Amino acid sequence: MSRFTLSIAAGVVALLCGVIFVTTFERPPVLSTQGGFRGLSMGEVENPRTLPALLAANQAPEASEAADTTGPRAHEVYENIQVLRDLSEAQFNRIMLAMTEWIAPEQGCGYCHNVENMASDEVYTKVVARRMLQMTHKINSEWATHVGQTGVTCYTCHRGNAVPTMVWSTEPNSRAGLQAPRGQNHPAASVGLSSLPSDPFTPFLLGDAEIRNISTISLPGRNSQNTMSTEWTYALMMHMSTSLGVNCTYCHNSRSFAEWAQSPPARTTAWHGIRMVRDINMSYIEPLKPLWAQNPNGPAEGPHGPRLGAMGDPLKVNCSTCHQGVNRPLNGAPMLRDFPELKQVNQGPLRSADATPR
Amino acid sequence: MAEYQNIFTRIQVRGPAPYPGVPLPADNSPREGTAREVHLFGRLGDAQIGPIYLGYLGILSLLFGFIAFEIIGLTMLASVNWNVSEFIRQLFWLALEPPPPEYGLRIPPLNKGGWWIVAGFFLTLSMLLWWVRTYRRARQLGMGTHVAWAFAGAIWLYLVLGFIRPVAMGSWSEAVPFGIFPHLDWTAAFSIRYGNLFYNPFHALSIVFLYGSVLLFAMHAATILALGRYGGEREIEQTLDRGTAAERGGLFWRWTMGFNATFESIHRWAWWFAFLCPVTGGIGILLTGTVVDNWYLWAVDRHFAPAYVMPWTPAVDPSIVQGAPR
Repeated sequence: MSRFTLSIAAGVVALLCGVIFVTTFERPPVLSTQGGFRGLSMGEVENPRTLPALLAANQAPEASEAADTTGPRAHEVYENIQVLRDLSEAQFNRIMLAMTEWIAPEQGCGYCHNVENMASDEVYTKVVARRMLQMTHKINSEWATHVGQTGVTCYTCHRGNAVPTMVWSTEPNSRAGLQAPRGQNHPAASVGLSSLPSDPFTPFLLGDAEIRNISTISLPGRNSQNTMSTEWTYALMMHMSTSLGVNCTYCHNSRSFAEWAQSPPARTTAWHGIRMVRDINMSYIEPLKPLWAQNPNGPAEGPHGPRLGAMGDPLKVNCSTCHQGVNRPLNGAPMLRDFPELKQVNQGPLRSADATPR
Repeated sequence: MAEYQNIFTRIQVRGPAPYPGVPLPADNSPREGTAREVHLFGRLGDAQIGPIYLGYLGILSLLFGFIAFEIIGLTMLASVNWNVSEFIRQLFWLALEPPPPEYGLRIPPLNKGGWWIVAGFFLTLSMLLWWVRTYRRARQLGMGTHVAWAFAGAIWLYLVLGFIRPVAMGSWSEAVPFGIFPHLDWTAAFSIRYGNLFYNPFHALSIVFLYGSVLLFAMHAATILALGRYGGEREIEQTLDRGTAAERGGLFWRWTMGFNATFESIHRWAWWFAFLCPVTGGIGILLTGTVVDNWYLWAVDRHFAPAYVMPWTPAVDPSIVQGAPR
């Protein structure tokens, strides 16, 4: 083999390494902010080059002018008002317009209403919207442990889309063969392109499978968790990390992932977030499945797109649905403050799931 | 001689005829093939390839190794629905997983980890036969068996990870999957489950010997290359008959480090460091989950995990607060 051939081979190898290097690594600069005890390297890592684009993608829209709260109540003015009964007429119209902008800016009122008869429940999305208003109210009133006083609005998830863009559904795992699928060992964006289980959502964010793996004493015999179950928890944590744009040490002292006394306060917020997402998925999203099953491609007027996942289950919520790459959704903008209407939602049972026009 | 001053080998050592080898005892099968010289190999090591000696141990070892390789590869290919381009794209992510925990140490169906047991069996058999081969070949050549025992150190770690510890834990599911990224993710999950291997003293020893091996290798290799112009590569002669190369090398380290190994003892240092790396590592793995379930808390119990105060109010486990959600 000649020197020339060797040089060519060396060149090809160098080129390949260069391509892998350039496409795999993020170009500096990287800024890290230290937290925790000195020398622990617990902190947040940011790239000032990519940060402006991320912040710009998570801007809250301008709030419309506050509405007059006096005058007759909405249910006295309009027919078939169930959850927004106690708003003033001006407030009612304001929140309807805001919801249109947040959820269906292109379809307008017609996305949820029969515009000939606004009181009718014949478009199924109106029935969904009522339940979503109740959900928003519950998140803001009962899950302050996670959303604090910042709260959420429809826009926190929807961002101008009829179906929020970052949702999940249970993955089909039906292939048999030489190896029964384990739900892992394929590159999965949901867990940061690792080979970890790609759907940690079904057990942990729909079900309440045990997330904790680590023993609370040093001796064996009291903890039935194993290395395999740890990979599922690990996958959930990778999802949380990528959804929030933070690393492990944002919530954990990595020398002891389990120990609460050494964990930053953000871990407590995240713990409640997991329970909140379970509540959203179990109490609000799953029960609406029949409506989506009847309209698997959205309402007749569109926008058309799947409303169910591959297993026929609804599209559900995880951390990224709200967070979308930043640790405080919409960069922490307190949108709820500008929409007091969302705090006056009647939580009573809904009447008109039969969707018959009145 | 100036050619020896390079970090990379620039000369090819070729005799007038390939080295024929030593006469082997009568019960050995003859070596097969003829000697050839390959330029590329000569750049990396000895240019001579062949004649080869496989014997029945070598042939069986290669056969069993091939069976294990095929099982792992075919189950991976099956996991992408026999799609070859997906197999190539996802190769680093694919795996053959051990049986799930519910099977304990029982033999599961083939597609639920049974193939992992079969592949592991053949791979183990292949490695053990290859170990016997290294031992036997060394003996037949009249050599010591240092290489075989060093290899045994690696086999010990492999057996602890894939057989001894899973048996001690009562579950095949505790073993390592076959796969590139999956075995790395397994390693991270293993450390997390058992409370951070960083606090496992045998893990620490293993790292000492790993990095120590690297350091010793670099020091030794650099010394010998640097002594090339004085014939320093003739290490063994100079062990007893210390020429100027050995004296200069020793002097260099006495000046820079205060102490030096000899041309003989440096190889014992290197051998023990390399051998102890997997041996101590294997002990550390074997103790994990069987004797210690949380290495961090074990270190706290023994007062060697440093205690420090965080700049925030210590968090309380929210699940033990009254009225906590599930």
